[in-house]
Amino acid sequence: MKKIVSLVLAAIMLAVPLILSSCSGGELADLKAELEGKLEGNYENDLAGTTLYVYNWGEYISDGEDDALDINAAFEAVTGIHVEYSTYDSNESMYATVSGGGVEYDVVIPSDYMIERLVKEDRLEKIDTSKLQNYKYIGDEYRDLFYDPDNEYSVPYAVGYVCLIYNNTLVDPEDVEDQSWSLMWNEKYKGQILGIDNARDALAISMFSLGIDVNTEDPAEWDRAADHLSEAVPLFQGWAMDQVFQKMEGENTAVAAYYAGDYFTMVYDMDDANGNGDHLSMYYPKEGTNVFYDACCILKGSKNYEAALLYLDFLMDPYIALQNAEYIHYACPNTAVTSNEEYSEYGNDMLYPTSEVKAEAYRHLDDEVVKHYTDLWNKIKSSSK
Amino acid sequence: MKKLGRVFIGVVYAILYAPLLVMAVFSFNSAKSTTTFSGFSLRWYVNLFYDRSMRGILLNTLLISACAAVLATVLGVIAAYGIYKMRSKRLKSAVNTVTNIPLINPDIITGVSLMLLFTFFGTWFLHNSAILGFWTLLIAHITFNLPYVILNVLPRLYGSDVSLYEAALDLGCTKTKAFWRVVFPGIVPGIVSGFIMAFTLSLDDFIISYYTNGHFNILATSLYTAVKKPLSPEYYALYSLIFLTILLLLTAVNVIEIRSDRKNSTVKKKIGD
Repeated sequence: MKKIVSLVLAAIMLAVPLILSSCSGGELADLKAELEGKLEGNYENDLAGTTLYVYNWGEYISDGEDDALDINAAFEAVTGIHVEYSTYDSNESMYATVSGGGVEYDVVIPSDYMIERLVKEDRLEKIDTSKLQNYKYIGDEYRDLFYDPDNEYSVPYAVGYVCLIYNNTLVDPEDVEDQSWSLMWNEKYKGQILGIDNARDALAISMFSLGIDVNTEDPAEWDRAADHLSEAVPLFQGWAMDQVFQKMEGENTAVAAYYAGDYFTMVYDMDDANGNGDHLSMYYPKEGTNVFYDACCILKGSKNYEAALLYLDFLMDPYIALQNAEYIHYACPNTAVTSNEEYSEYGNDMLYPTSEVKAEAYRHLDDEVVKHYTDLWNKIKSSSK
Repeated sequence: MKKLGRVFIGVVYAILYAPLLVMAVFSFNSAKSTTTFSGFSLRWYVNLFYDRSMRGILLNTLLISACAAVLATVLGVIAAYGIYKMRSKRLKSAVNTVTNIPLINPDIITGVSLMLLFTFFGTWFLHNSAILGFWTLLIAHITFNLPYVILNVLPRLYGSDVSLYEAALDLGCTKTKAFWRVVFPGIVPGIVSGFIMAFTLSLDDFIISYYTNGHFNILATSLYTAVKKPLSPEYYALYSLIFLTILLLLTAVNVIEIRSDRKNSTVKKKIGD
């Protein structure tokens, strides 16, 4: 009897992977046929059979979830290059992996200040953008940026802003009239405000509302920002990163600062669930807010440099970029997408704000400054519990 | 008083199983929301079936768990038999303690030290520091699975009757034959439960895998990095299925064990008569 048990167990363990793997070969061929004629660029190459290692933020590419296009599979179907795709949860953990050794990647997609740091430490391979057939689609406002002034090391992937999201059924219209960060310090909404749960963003909100430069290296200024932030803490319901979706969508929270792309995700999810998407509103506070650029880079020592270039090019292909923008909801730097009337965010001036929004990027700061504000942050958090 | 005890047990079970129930319920939600249930649908289960990247990660997870569990079981049985056969008591307890260290050692220490060892070994002996991947993850999983298998098999060995083994030798069995014919059948339940334990431990390990997986993605690590968007209900569907599978497996094993125990006891009774 026990032999039967172990046999059954062994059979299950063998059968499941076999069933799972048996249906993937034909799928790539189907995908290739489906993409026929939709792609603009030419992705012919002699690298078929090689492997490309890509390292990106989790849930930050259209990956076939919920009927969306699986971009990595599409790349493999078209070029024959196998993509080994891994994910990280923050710029810092990506940096730790990449600099720590033990594993090698070809393509990474960090944010602006981290690119600045990687360039400074000579960890990136140069990219000759003239070799990329789709680079022409990158909008002018996304070129020559501070982290890569000569466009030598990176190709823009997505852009986002921090915005203030509020539930218009819970917040009085007069309190948002002045479009200010002060809403987070408004006693009226005690217990209904959600703090953003990472040191840099949380302190930056305080700095914007005080008019302090968010990239200051003066510890006293950071102290001032921390003091101001701790005045708001008693009003907070709690701290959240991705739990913010649940809180705002459940309409348990009146006010939260989060990323603009995610505001739209919330609205669509709520529309999908109960049609209450119009309960949420957002604005970019007049005191200024953070803008971040995530861009594709090729790591130094990449063993498959040509395939990496091809991958960057593929991501910028109008059709692929459109599928990706529809999925991740962040602003897309690709003009072929933003000028496409079929794009669901076409002409959306909330997601693509005009220059009236005062936006500042975070810069790479000295280790000492980072340590100082992390300490301040830990103090605020431990006192808020 | 008895009533109070029942209520207490009820509360304990509710706290244990309510989260699983909530997850299972929302895996049937027709919308993405985790707060409003907008209607019953199999949408996420269907999506899961067509999601190639999710399937790849699931496949990786099952592959690593199955390989690690099989190898750990083989090694664990050999080790347990070796410990059982040791003559020196002092040596025995020393070996026992050493094998139990990975059990008590915090996962994070095991994880970090394994990662350091792998990269050290890779850089100095293979001249390749980018060594983390399937094989390192497999070694790591075997490492933390091994003591559990040993712990499950050893009691069975101590519980088995030495005289049966000796009788087999007297009746002309070689040592190997006697092991396979007499000792092994007696410890199979321990092996099976050790194997299942190893498999489930591998399935849900996060911390050690996080440090040693390199390019090789498994469910726990990819779930951890899913920060840019709210978690897709596909994960609820997948975890509900995994939970259901494990529940069925454990029930089956228990039912079979009870049956065979009953059979054994009737056989013994007959012999006794």
